[in-house]
Amino acid sequence: MTTAPAKVSFATIWLDGCSGCHMSFLDIDHRLLDLAERIDLVHSPLVDHKDYPDHVDVCLIEGSVSNLDDLKKILKVRKHTSTLIALGDCAVHGNIPSMRNRFPVEKILRRAFEENAQVNAGQIPDDNVPALLQTVLPVHEVVPVDVHIPGCPPSADTIFAILSDVLDGKSPDVSSYTRFGK
Amino acid sequence: MRPSNASIKTFKINGRDLSGRSNETILQVARDNGIEIPTLCYLEGLTPVGACRMCMVEIEGSSKLHAACVTQVREGMVVRTDSERLRKYRRMVVELMFSEREHICAVCVSNGHCELQMLAEQLGITHIRYPRLEQKLSVDASHDRFIQDDNRCVLCGRCVRVCGEIESAHTWDIMGRGVSSRVITDLDQPWGDSETCTRCGKCVHVCPTGALIERGMSVAEMLKRRQFLPYLTIMREEDR
Repeated sequence: MTTAPAKVSFATIWLDGCSGCHMSFLDIDHRLLDLAERIDLVHSPLVDHKDYPDHVDVCLIEGSVSNLDDLKKILKVRKHTSTLIALGDCAVHGNIPSMRNRFPVEKILRRAFEENAQVNAGQIPDDNVPALLQTVLPVHEVVPVDVHIPGCPPSADTIFAILSDVLDGKSPDVSSYTRFGK
Repeated sequence: MRPSNASIKTFKINGRDLSGRSNETILQVARDNGIEIPTLCYLEGLTPVGACRMCMVEIEGSSKLHAACVTQVREGMVVRTDSERLRKYRRMVVELMFSEREHICAVCVSNGHCELQMLAEQLGITHIRYPRLEQKLSVDASHDRFIQDDNRCVLCGRCVRVCGEIESAHTWDIMGRGVSSRVITDLDQPWGDSETCTRCGKCVHVCPTGALIERGMSVAEMLKRRQFLPYLTIMREEDR
């Protein structure tokens, strides 16, 4: 019996983002089959797997670090991942989630759950939801990041091309594919 | 062209032997010869001020860098417009601009038409290494045709120059120092109340980012039209 070449263990995680980057990733369409030949998807919001594995070769991160749960996740992911890829403007520089940064968290919560609430006004959720950080941070301000892919969201072609480069062991020329806001 | 008593100088840019008039700048001669130097505050038709430091070049025999838009050519000078050192500083300048204010391209009216965004792309900037300052800046929507969003301003001063030099209204100015500088209308009064503003909109169209925009624009819709500037400049030359 011949053994197939070892696959790259691959994960994606979803922090504070709209899931548009994950949608764009799925938009790779039929090329997902080519990708599936080379990777083993071990952890992702797209699969039912609870704990982050002990070792992952490549992980895509969507979203910024906005609450305590994001913070816990990203620290764990960095510890157990060889190549960390910040996917999309939220992960890369905070993007839309970070537009709350110039207002204090308390004021934002009051705005959302008191001033603008139609029902149960004044009930600010603090049970079973992670506390918001005072400042929304891009991933690289919390842990070192190996590759940044700006874009909102980066196109499927961009994601596929850069992932292919990373899997081939090449360092991708990111700016030839995408930019902030693209 | 008006008669000029400028003499002809010969010099090297990126190893090429070139010549230019003594009243020309390194940037003008470089562009005339197809050598691209990145710029941001510079705009043909307005007085160059060397504010943004994007066009920095190396001149042999000088340890400091020189802004190509305000440095005149000299006989025998040897100029380099591209090196790892220059790219490093240009990237740093653009990243500092991004970190100084809230430049969020995805929701900006100038997305796809913004000179700051284009520079980041050209220089291969994929993330901003410096934490954002998170300055609390205002948006002035008091004018019935235009909006000023300080959060997207890079303080290039093009609006100040076009308003003073071309429209001769001098509605715009810069107040404050360093990172707390802001462009203001009149004596920091609401734009809509300005008695000097002629509503010509030149400032809006020379602005490189989404800081000065027309009302009613949504994401990526704000196209700037600058064709008027070379015509006005030529007409003025002929008038003299």
